[in-house]
Amino acid sequence: MTFELELRGITKRYPGVLANDAVDLAVRPAEIHAIVGENGAGKTTLMSLLYGLFPPDEGEIFIRGEGVEFSSALDAIAAGLGMVHQSFKLFPTLSVADNVVFRQEPRRRGLIDRAASAARVRDLADRYGLAVDPEAAVEDLPVGVLQRVEILKALYRDAQVLILDEPTAVLTPQERDQLFEVIRRLRDAGRTILFITHKLGEVMAISDRVTVLRNGRAVADLVTAETDPAEITLHMTGRAVDLDRRAPEHQPDEAVLEVENLTVLGGHGRAVVKEASFQVRSGEIVGIAGVAGNGQSELIEALCGLREADTGTVTLSGRDITTADVAGRRTAGLAYIPEDRYGVGTTRQASVSENLLMGHHREETVQRRGWFDRNAVARLTRRLVEVFDIKVGSVSGPVSTLSGGNLQKVVVAREMEHGTPLLIAEQPTRGLDIGAIEFVHSQLIRYRDQGGAVLMVSAELSEILALSTRILVMFEGSIVATLDPRNVDEPEIGLYMTGAHLEAAVA
Amino acid sequence: MFEEIFDAALFDSATRAMIPILLAALGGMICERAGVFQIALEGIMLAGAFAAVAGSYLAVSWTLGVVFGIAAGMLISLALAYGTVTRRGDPIVLGIALNLLAMGLTGFLLPQLFDVRGVFQHPRIDGLDRIAIPVLSDIPWIGPVLFDNTLLTYVALLLVPILWVFLFRTTIGLRLRGVGERPLAAETLGVSPTAYKYGAVLASGALAGLAGAQLSLGNVVQFAENMSSGRGWVAVVAVMLGRAHPVGVLAAAALFALAEALGFRFQGNGLPVQITDALPFVVTLLALIIARKRFARLLDLTTAA
Repeated sequence: MTFELELRGITKRYPGVLANDAVDLAVRPAEIHAIVGENGAGKTTLMSLLYGLFPPDEGEIFIRGEGVEFSSALDAIAAGLGMVHQSFKLFPTLSVADNVVFRQEPRRRGLIDRAASAARVRDLADRYGLAVDPEAAVEDLPVGVLQRVEILKALYRDAQVLILDEPTAVLTPQERDQLFEVIRRLRDAGRTILFITHKLGEVMAISDRVTVLRNGRAVADLVTAETDPAEITLHMTGRAVDLDRRAPEHQPDEAVLEVENLTVLGGHGRAVVKEASFQVRSGEIVGIAGVAGNGQSELIEALCGLREADTGTVTLSGRDITTADVAGRRTAGLAYIPEDRYGVGTTRQASVSENLLMGHHREETVQRRGWFDRNAVARLTRRLVEVFDIKVGSVSGPVSTLSGGNLQKVVVAREMEHGTPLLIAEQPTRGLDIGAIEFVHSQLIRYRDQGGAVLMVSAELSEILALSTRILVMFEGSIVATLDPRNVDEPEIGLYMTGAHLEAAVA
Repeated sequence: MFEEIFDAALFDSATRAMIPILLAALGGMICERAGVFQIALEGIMLAGAFAAVAGSYLAVSWTLGVVFGIAAGMLISLALAYGTVTRRGDPIVLGIALNLLAMGLTGFLLPQLFDVRGVFQHPRIDGLDRIAIPVLSDIPWIGPVLFDNTLLTYVALLLVPILWVFLFRTTIGLRLRGVGERPLAAETLGVSPTAYKYGAVLASGALAGLAGAQLSLGNVVQFAENMSSGRGWVAVVAVMLGRAHPVGVLAAAALFALAEALGFRFQGNGLPVQITDALPFVVTLLALIIARKRFARLLDLTTAA
């Protein structure tokens, strides 16, 4: 049979790394083909090669039986490929229609025919169930809709093969289900979909076939209906992993953090956190769920002293820290694992050792007569690198050479080392592979079991459900629900995350 | 008192003050839309003014003067484009260097070529004629102010709607805005940011060069050392204040020009020259501080429409 898309023996080497090692991939027409693997398994490299972003060192690409060589993404687009990148490549101030027709604008008398472009976008959107307003400015749209715009861009360019790179990472459960519906429609209309993910649940739910990558090699090509998550996991990791481990029962103790009626103003004086009240007790993990941009970041920044609170009080271990500065709050007993480990969590130019020292630099144990005690610093570094199993060539080398997982370990190690009563963890496992996620989770649980209070924000509902003692859901700046993870499931949390419970109440 | 100050003569001098600022600011606006911070307008305008006088003197023709002004502006902007786009240099450092270069070079060439210091005036220099537009120029009050002006004045005013259509209704304008906003996204769709940025910077050079020509062949017929005297900087601010929108830029340029004309008027009324000279810049500062938000909202509406 003729494959819609076939890769044979694709190899790509980087200095010291074999990113893709003789990868074979065969995709049949009109199938949903999942590509799974841990981070670093070579998924992104493989897709970039396929999409013409850089050439492979060895190997061939065939589309409908014909050998092709792409020197740029344009060649790939011309050959009928369309890619929806993980980070969207859209123009924020332009309208949806302008974004879609960019560089292939319908024209009338030399000017852009805006009516025609809006009509064509609406037509495509209707056909595949991609509800979107062509006139809306992209910057005003939620992430789920942005993704539809990216899909429309590919369809407008008549992509027969659509590559979706980790498409659900930013979606709510409802948006994810809508996306799956769109993907099925596209398949039924004869298009072929390559679905890149590291989530097994999605592989099982949506794909017809699945190719597993591990360490740059394609280790398995399976028919989804004939396999199960355990088998795929085994191929992905080379070992059995128990991911669905619920946090053991634990008895929470007295309140460490008390937040009362906290309101935080954003730009234009608009309240981005509205009268939030909650407690975090020692020995519990409180998980904040919500679609990104509903006030979670601002709430955390206000708690950490990075943003001013408008009204309300924040009490930490009995002390009112509402107006305290960052240093004051840290002394009062909080540590913070920020969402952005590159920009906020670490200083790229500094060494691993220096990054581990930051925040501990005031402690007397690492000082002698006002100067750093180099031996003490080395001891601290060595201990953290060992305990947290940070894979690093040299602790005096720049931290920017570390992989995402190891970089996150640096941040987690440093913040946990403070041993403060409260630990704030913002998206602690975003972008990490299964092994690193497991590790960070076990560290958070250890922290809790030692009597720490943990406040965690996460976009991953599975993570929230697996770790939290209690779940708070934020929607448009308000805490709209406090849930017990034993009594809810993902769809129910999703209803609160999208404000659907409010509409239900009105109706 | 009020009518004494706000008479037709004031608006006439305001119009004359506005045109060079507007031309340069429209150039800066195109750059801003393409994602290049254009801060060399002052130097380009000065070089344009010098070259226009030189060209007009050599050929005894204002046409050649204007062509020289445009060419000088594009030459300097080519250096800016090469430095910032191709070599990825800092546009602020480069822009300031080019401004200093233009000031030094014109100051050096003036005595070298024409054997004068400070000001160069000569009967051979052919200035821009005022062209009265039939019928329109007969409208009382407005007519003589707006419709009895130099060719470049009409060019500048017509460029406002033309650039609006260009930016918001043509494919090239759409791609230019895309390049300025997300060069990577544009590149993945096959639009070369380099080409568009070069085009934008060169266009801004041509327009700021025209601004210089209007200054030295239109407003007066002479070249004086450092005669741009801050107008290029005001144009930079007009781009920001006008949020890189043609109508906003026009409004900002008009505001500054009015302040400048008022300054002259007050000078005639006996106010110290230091204070009246500072007026446009005080207005600039105040406008930036106070009107920022209100302006922004107004322009958002016009852009959306």
